[in-house]
Amino acid sequence: MPLKDVIAPFYVWKRAFEKPYTTAKPIEERPGAASYRGFHTNDMALCVGCGTCETICQNEAIDMVPVPGIETTAKDSGLRPMVDNGRCCWCALCVDICTTGSLRLTNEYIWVSTDSDGFRFIPGTGDNPWDDKALGYRRDPGYRLMDYERQDMAMLTPEESARSFLEVVKGYSAEQARKEAERCVDCGICIATCPAHMDIPEYIKAVRDGDFETGLRLLYRTNPMPATCGRICTHRCEEVCSVGHMGDPVAIRWLKRYICDQVPESDYADILRDQSTSNGRKVAIIGAGPGGLSAAYYLTRLGYAVTLYESQEKGGGMLRYGVPSYRLPYDQLDKDIDYILSLGATIHYNTRVGRELRFPELMADFDAIFFSVGLSDPYGLGVEGEDHPRVLSGLKVLEDVTHDRDPDVGRRVAVIGGGNVAMDAARVSRRLGAEVTVLYRRRIEDMPADPEEIHEAQAEQVKFVTQAIPVRVEEGPSPRQVNIRWGEAEMVADEKGGRPRPVLMEDRIHTETYDSIISAIGQGGDYEFLSDEYADRVEMKRGKVIANEYRQTTIPKLFVGGDIANNTADAISAIADGHQAAVGIDHFLSSGS
Amino acid sequence: MSDRSRYPELVDGKPAVDLDSEKYVKLWHGPQHPGITGNMSLELILCGDEVVDCKTHVGYLHRGFEKLMERRTWIQNFPVVCRIAVPEPAFNEYLYAAGVEELAGIRPPERAQWIRNLNLEMMRLASYMAWLGGQAGAFGNNTIGQWTITHRDYLLDLFEEMTGGRIYHMYMLPGGVRSGLPDGFEGRLEAVLQKCEKLLKEIELVLLNNSVFKARAVGLGYIDKDMIDRYGITGPNQRACGVKRDLRKDAPYLVYDRLDFEIITGTASDAYERTWVRYREMHQCIDLCRQIMARMPKEGPFHEPLPNVLHWRIPPGQTYVKAECTRGEKGYYLVSDGSLYPRRICIRGPSYTHAFPVMEKLAIGTDIADIAGLMVSLHTYPPEIER
Ligand SMILES: Cc1cc2nc3c(=O)[nH]c(=O)nc-3n(C[C@H](O)[C@H](O)[C@H](O)COP(=O)(O)OP(=O)(O)OC[C@H]3O[C@@H](n4cnc5c(N)ncnc54)[C@H](O)[C@@H]3O)c2cc1C
Ligand code: SF4
Repeated sequence: MPLKDVIAPFYVWKRAFEKPYTTAKPIEERPGAASYRGFHTNDMALCVGCGTCETICQNEAIDMVPVPGIETTAKDSGLRPMVDNGRCCWCALCVDICTTGSLRLTNEYIWVSTDSDGFRFIPGTGDNPWDDKALGYRRDPGYRLMDYERQDMAMLTPEESARSFLEVVKGYSAEQARKEAERCVDCGICIATCPAHMDIPEYIKAVRDGDFETGLRLLYRTNPMPATCGRICTHRCEEVCSVGHMGDPVAIRWLKRYICDQVPESDYADILRDQSTSNGRKVAIIGAGPGGLSAAYYLTRLGYAVTLYESQEKGGGMLRYGVPSYRLPYDQLDKDIDYILSLGATIHYNTRVGRELRFPELMADFDAIFFSVGLSDPYGLGVEGEDHPRVLSGLKVLEDVTHDRDPDVGRRVAVIGGGNVAMDAARVSRRLGAEVTVLYRRRIEDMPADPEEIHEAQAEQVKFVTQAIPVRVEEGPSPRQVNIRWGEAEMVADEKGGRPRPVLMEDRIHTETYDSIISAIGQGGDYEFLSDEYADRVEMKRGKVIANEYRQTTIPKLFVGGDIANNTADAISAIADGHQAAVGIDHFLSSGS
Repeated sequence: MSDRSRYPELVDGKPAVDLDSEKYVKLWHGPQHPGITGNMSLELILCGDEVVDCKTHVGYLHRGFEKLMERRTWIQNFPVVCRIAVPEPAFNEYLYAAGVEELAGIRPPERAQWIRNLNLEMMRLASYMAWLGGQAGAFGNNTIGQWTITHRDYLLDLFEEMTGGRIYHMYMLPGGVRSGLPDGFEGRLEAVLQKCEKLLKEIELVLLNNSVFKARAVGLGYIDKDMIDRYGITGPNQRACGVKRDLRKDAPYLVYDRLDFEIITGTASDAYERTWVRYREMHQCIDLCRQIMARMPKEGPFHEPLPNVLHWRIPPGQTYVKAECTRGEKGYYLVSDGSLYPRRICIRGPSYTHAFPVMEKLAIGTDIADIAGLMVSLHTYPPEIER
């Protein structure tokens, strides 16, 4: 044995004096590293309770629970994650997938408590000892576990679209639809916001699975006009989509459209199997717009004999006579309508209740009546000279185009208004070859029109003049022309905290000459058809009919829906009303209340 | 050589042990025994001091991971795999990620590959530190374990700031890694590497040049060269026998083909030689960490974005990915049927061979006092055997 092997071990005697590398808790503190995965914390105000953390956690350590002080709103489930530290493994996948970035981990990792249930806690309440500790792990922006960008939608170029009535939006490819559907996190927050409460995450799953039959059945559960809504819905669901907090919201509307595009109408009957047995009761529906059609669908399915009365020569209401075909091609609207009517409802076109037929007769002949007659009376500009023959109504222009009549807008057009009707009138005028200027009282961001509509109108070279208030309409230089005097407005903050008001600046008045002025500042309801006998008995408020949750008016057998009864005035609300009313009528006729 | 006449007679190839004869004693070594890194047990038959038969028993750590993973989505398995070999989780993370990437056709960014390589070499060093303490302790030299575990802790501090976790890093996930390196990391890593180097020098004096250690480890657990392929022996156990194989060279992954290193081998193939090989490999880890730090890109992406992982489907297919972990070849076999969940995942860890057939063979003829030292010299991790 070499001598070295005996002596060598003694060389390291100095180690005997080394201090241990141990933290003497609780005397000493050793904070976790800057990205330490310690106990959870949550920014309660940022969190929307989407529950994606609960979905991803492979340990089922998270439960979504109600928390005092947190209210359920359209954008917020009202729930917050509760973490079970007895199950958590601090993988932080919940942090990575969090749609708002509210859930994070602190760098605290030691916790002593006498409460044996205390390991289940709600992060971020402020009651947890580590809630004020330094933050630990957060998702690095350089890495992500989901796709924050929406699949681009193929569209006509503005040059092409400004010249034709072809549909502008072309629809997703199979690959795009699948990818877009994958972006959904299944939180379902959108369902509450959708007026019809459609089964959104479920039909998006159907797109992922490529199972369009299930998809179609899911759509029809709450919406019998999905091909239409897949194109022109106001898609408020997308405004609350939790993916939208850090990225683009899921293109819910386009996915709905995608399902319908995959199934030909000839297959609908086989897939939906909407059979019903007659219950011997009769319901009349006045107006075959989306509200009336939706009610017709659900009532027929419930076994009612449905008769629709429609003053126009075709069904669809404002979706046909208002919405232009480059947004909603007629064949798509027809696809929805034809299927609804194929279930057996009778429809009388060119039949205006109050003209061809008296309302009291219907009241006598039917067990219940639903009316959804829409808003057809355009509001006037409310300025001197507004009945000049070159002042046209937006609704009239759009209706003329549907009927293939030339609305005769001329080459230079001013559109007054900032809603969807104004945008449609402007873009239709562009397509008819006019140079178009939109005059609007407030700012672009105040426009009630869809931002996409505004954007597309701008791309099609529609000119926007904002903070412009019409003052007077005057004779133009020739009988086919008209002058408009308008004044610049300044935005004045509202004392009551409302949105800023435009106030005319008297010294900044302009006069311009146009071939026509299209007025599109809103429309009201026309209730003449109700006849004197009933008009007084139907309760109204600010021009809209009052109804209960079943859409029942103050006359028990009379139900109402659509634009004349709701404040959202869009297709999906009318459809939801129709569905609600069908349920209400069924309830009323079977229980008598 | 021991006197074979004292051994029990073989009946059908198995020793017929008559315990009532009082010639033999049956001794359970484990399942809780400090000589074994994790819970498993050796059922030993002794004749006097000498082991005449050895049967291994596992089952104490069976957590059913492979089955469990078939019920979890691809991303949900990422935090699971690190638990498969507790003292050495990183290789599992890497292999799972690499397998999924291959099936899904994802190419992690360059920087991620360097960071992963650094992480794995740091892991190797930390894992060897724990083993070295065990190896010394198994022969009664417990102080060394205190030092090596402290130094492993220094490395865990680095893991903590790099990954957010000390033991279960959950850092290398499909697509790359979860973050870049923190500011000033290089300096702190270098300081720890220097401490480790200093320690290793001292350990050379105190252990490898220790007459007691030599007396007990030299000649212990000799692995014959012809056992290597028959038993599927890999890693330092194989290299100490003179077989020059190392996946880092033979089938380079990550950035190993851009690093300078040689395969370390020995000749004597006993417990002492295996210690030497590992000891030199620890120096090699330090050197590789330095090379990586010097050459790795400091900027740029470290993760290839994934689609929404909640609905992540991996195209149908199968793959086997492998890496050289501290103890030899570790492999992941992954099968996807195109659904949200893996169809099958099977994990091949070197511990299975080394702790089962190899140990059962080597134990025979060994003194009971050396069993722990022998077991540790094979460097096995029972949790990896059972998955
Ligand atoms: C230009 C324009 C663009 C629009 N764009 C969109 C959009 O992009 N997205 C969206 O969601 N919504 C849009 N809307 C709103 C949407 O069209 C309406 O909310 C929806 O059509 C309302 O449905 P409804 O059933 O209440 O009435 P309507 O659609 O107005 O239908 C009422 C029907 O009743 C008939 N009728 C009326 N009186 C009688 C009577 N006495 N007897 C018999 N029949 C009668 C009418 O002829 C009409 O067919 C738009 C509206 C307009 C005008
Ligand atoms: S850190 Fe991981 S285990 Fe813990 S709650 Fe989050 S997802 Fe679940």
